[in-house]
Amino acid sequence: MASVTDPVLECRGISKFFPGAIALDAVDLTLYPGEVHALLGENGAGKSTLIKCLTGAYRRDAGTILLNSQEISPNSTQDSQKLGIGTVYQEVNLLPNLTVAENLFLGRQPMWHGFISQRKMMKMARDLLAEFGLSVNPAEPLSAYSVAVQQVVAIARAVELSGKVLILDEPTASLDRDEVDLVFSVIEKLKARGLAIVFITHFLDQVFEISDRATVLRNGRVVGTRQLADATQTEIVTLMLGRQLEDRIHDRAPSATGDTLIELTNFGKRGMITPFDLTVRKGEVVGLAGLLGSGRTETAEIIFGAVQADQGEALLEGKKVTIKNPREAVAHRFALCPEDRKSDGIVGDLSVRENIILALQARQGWFRPLPKAKVNELAEAYVKALDIRLASLDMPIRLLSGGNQQKALLARWLATNPAFLILDEPTRGIDVGAHAEIIALIEKLREDGMALLVASSELEELVAYSTRVIVLRDRRQVCELAGDDITTSNIVAAIADEPMAEAV
Amino acid sequence: MTAHVHNTLRRITPQLIILAAVLMLNFMVFPDFFRIEFQNGRLFGNLIDVLNRGAPTALLCIGMTLVIATRGIDLSVGAVMAIAGAVAASLAVDGHGWHVALTGALAVGAICGLWNGVLVAVLRIQPIVATLVLMVAGRGIAQLVTEGTILTFLDPGLIHLGAGTILGIPTPILIWIGLGLAVAAVVRKTALGMLIEAIGINESSSRLAGINSRVLIISVYLISGVCAALAGVIVAADIKGADANNAGLWLELDAILAVVIGGNSLLGGRFSIMASLLGALIIQSVNSVILLSGMPPEFNLVIKALIIIAILVIQSPTVKHALYILRASAEPQPSDPIKEAKESPQ
Repeated sequence: MASVTDPVLECRGISKFFPGAIALDAVDLTLYPGEVHALLGENGAGKSTLIKCLTGAYRRDAGTILLNSQEISPNSTQDSQKLGIGTVYQEVNLLPNLTVAENLFLGRQPMWHGFISQRKMMKMARDLLAEFGLSVNPAEPLSAYSVAVQQVVAIARAVELSGKVLILDEPTASLDRDEVDLVFSVIEKLKARGLAIVFITHFLDQVFEISDRATVLRNGRVVGTRQLADATQTEIVTLMLGRQLEDRIHDRAPSATGDTLIELTNFGKRGMITPFDLTVRKGEVVGLAGLLGSGRTETAEIIFGAVQADQGEALLEGKKVTIKNPREAVAHRFALCPEDRKSDGIVGDLSVRENIILALQARQGWFRPLPKAKVNELAEAYVKALDIRLASLDMPIRLLSGGNQQKALLARWLATNPAFLILDEPTRGIDVGAHAEIIALIEKLREDGMALLVASSELEELVAYSTRVIVLRDRRQVCELAGDDITTSNIVAAIADEPMAEAV
Repeated sequence: MTAHVHNTLRRITPQLIILAAVLMLNFMVFPDFFRIEFQNGRLFGNLIDVLNRGAPTALLCIGMTLVIATRGIDLSVGAVMAIAGAVAASLAVDGHGWHVALTGALAVGAICGLWNGVLVAVLRIQPIVATLVLMVAGRGIAQLVTEGTILTFLDPGLIHLGAGTILGIPTPILIWIGLGLAVAAVVRKTALGMLIEAIGINESSSRLAGINSRVLIISVYLISGVCAALAGVIVAADIKGADANNAGLWLELDAILAVVIGGNSLLGGRFSIMASLLGALIIQSVNSVILLSGMPPEFNLVIKALIIIAILVIQSPTVKHALYILRASAEPQPSDPIKEAKESPQ
């Protein structure tokens, strides 16, 4: 099919330079009508830069873009929209307080004698959404509908405005399975209408489900374009990472766990988490599983003192301790990598170096600054050990990609030489390469005798590194799995189990 | 070490350029501006006046810089000046020595700062509202201390702090330069500076990293209160009396402006005390231009506003960016970025 028709959009030799870095190096991308083309790559591979060059948000430094064989040079996203290239981002950028119809027709409302014709607009909106298989009331405010519906509305608006090429930047990142199906059904319809669709996502399963071809970027270069019908997931992942991923499945070393490090009894806080008992030994990874809102994060926060427990007691190596705030927790050599990296983890404008030593310095006190040589030694050692990719240790940490930020945060805590490391969603929103490295790091820390508590929504991941898994539901511990019982299906069963089935 | 000096210089370059420009304006309206004479054991000259008259604002902006770095603001410093001046004056009138008067005033300033700090860090009241309380109430408190009069005193030791000289240099100059350098050195030689910046940029992350943000925030308001008290004592000593109504009036705004001219963001984070001090000097030099130009006094505030708008426009991100582009495009033979980037090691 691809060879017969002419391409809608052809990019040749697109390059983009940032001070000190090549973001895109002579990238080619060809889109045919009626195809879904996945754009893949780790964070920082150049996916978003390429999209921004295509839509005119960035000026490209070299290369040509041909739309229907005409050379174009969009100066702004409005420009590219008029030319026929529409974009929908992960965070829906519509106006939630306006109605669905207003969102669809904002700026080009049907007029009647100088006034907006509400009736006509509602009808047009209903007809338009019906084409996408969506029957919602266009007079309702957009915020009344789920993110998936909003996403479809955004797609509808983009298609109406442009109509040749549709770029979807992680449209499914915050959707659950049913919602993904809704968005995919819309994509199928658009495909049938002959649009060329660029699909960017971190979910490989979804790529294989909906896409026809995939172009893989690495370090600003195209490393391959594949017909997905003839490709395997491993092949694509290998392209993305540039190396064979080691087989993740490992024989879980018989838990040669050490002494009890921390013992919590009846620990909890009213309205936040039901009192629980928890024992963590040295050299063991305790996984926390559960749905969103089941109490995973709350458990992590309460142990670290980010939220103060109102009951229960904690024994650290047999001695009673209080953990009233993170400062005390750090003094007991606890460490927590929080779930929300951006708002609770990094200090964006401080340099990577300062971010790495922050916790250690805070523990040392205000008036005992770490000597410069020691600071550099620590920062450089961790950058090397964790393979943090950066232009300079002096650059603000907010400029790093998600995976590298996460590694820098891990470095911050490892620098304090923690005895007990709590990780809340350590692999969320980071690329496949960093993902594998962080999992390997967890393994290594466990083997070195550290006690770890890891909360994650990725079950395969939990299965891979946990020596025990605690399942939470409704802010309560409901089940504990150990040894060979740790399987994804067992965890799912425990999460889904009716409370009745639990022996009380 | 040299890299450190280089960075500091680069940080304060815009302020140095602006200061030089305003000083040149002074020179243009008054050619004798740079002349300094030594008479009766004291240095005289317009430049010395700028340094001397700038002392209160300079002292205020030391504390204000730290407060703003934590994403806060301290509106009460002008009122704290009035309270501290009143306390020093009443202690001097009661026959205590100058060191008792000074210590008393600084202690009251510390208490005021502590009050602000507790409102902000413990009760979590927004800084602008929390410090507004003392800004409004402070002058009332000062009037209660002076019992509604302008309290005059004759203690030579206390007067020396505002009007005396040491080795020919007016004491206020020595006080603000000394304190400014000392605080700047302390925050940079210890970890305080970095921790304050971390709190200003992201308090939640900082707390989770184990930083005692509550105590640190209270401390910066306390420092601000002490700086304000010192400024209040100098102003009172200068006129040999405490004027509860006018001492330090609107000076909190000058201090905030000095910090902003110093290129510090009101959103907190990275700060430079040196740059703020230069900002204070710039403001005082602007005042000097207006006085020396012989304009009718009713023009003063308008002209000051115009000059300050000009300074802020030059520093605004939009203009900065435009200047950057201009400079970049004016460079002879701009090298090929493509080749350069490709040749750089990867």
